[in-house]
Amino acid sequence: MKKPNDVIIRSVSKVAVVIILTFAINLFISGHHNPGGGFIGGLAFSSALILLFLSFDIETVRKNIPLDFKILAAVGVLISVSTGGGSMLFDVPFLTQAYGYFNLPIFGKTELATAVIFDIGVALAVIGTSITIILTIGDDR
Amino acid sequence: MIQGILLCSLTFLSFAIFVTVFRLVKGPTALDRVQALDALGINLISGVAIFSVFIRSTGFFEVILLIGILSFIGTIAFARFIERGVVIERNQSD
Repeated sequence: MKKPNDVIIRSVSKVAVVIILTFAINLFISGHHNPGGGFIGGLAFSSALILLFLSFDIETVRKNIPLDFKILAAVGVLISVSTGGGSMLFDVPFLTQAYGYFNLPIFGKTELATAVIFDIGVALAVIGTSITIILTIGDDR
Repeated sequence: MIQGILLCSLTFLSFAIFVTVFRLVKGPTALDRVQALDALGINLISGVAIFSVFIRSTGFFEVILLIGILSFIGTIAFARFIERGVVIERNQSD
């Protein structure tokens, strides 16, 4: 029996994964003023990874992305908790946010908020959890 | 005027969705149902686009891209399952 050849899906997904990852980062960044945020950004990011897992196979993607997704989820939760607990160092209640305007070299006057760090933690936790679920179910050994 | 045109096109789109749902229910094989789901996702994209013009909001543009991405990935997953019986393969050799 001839081996099925899926060159079209691999060529398409090599281009589409870049676009989906860009869109995921755009969703993540625009979460402060527009629709989006950590949760949907993480889900779009993990959907790009799922497209990679679909068009290639588990071992190839694991070899090219040497990342343990359980540890990624744990790091995300740790970042979220520590940005909440870090506000207690400045004598304010737990999870108090702060923001300020800074003059960055390229972007000019930019608003930087500590909610972004909390959102990074949420996104990492969502990516790690969803990819762990998918891989645990899909890896039949 | 423009509101009437948009409502008319939304009506036609809902008619197209009903026809697609007929193929989704009736379809003899699983491939027909997968294609009907893909076409339904595309109709849903255009419905969201027309609705966001109708209420004059730019808040739904991310939804359009997301429905496109999710429909694509879902269709590929169904196709892999129908073709090989497994959605995510273990390694390249088998």
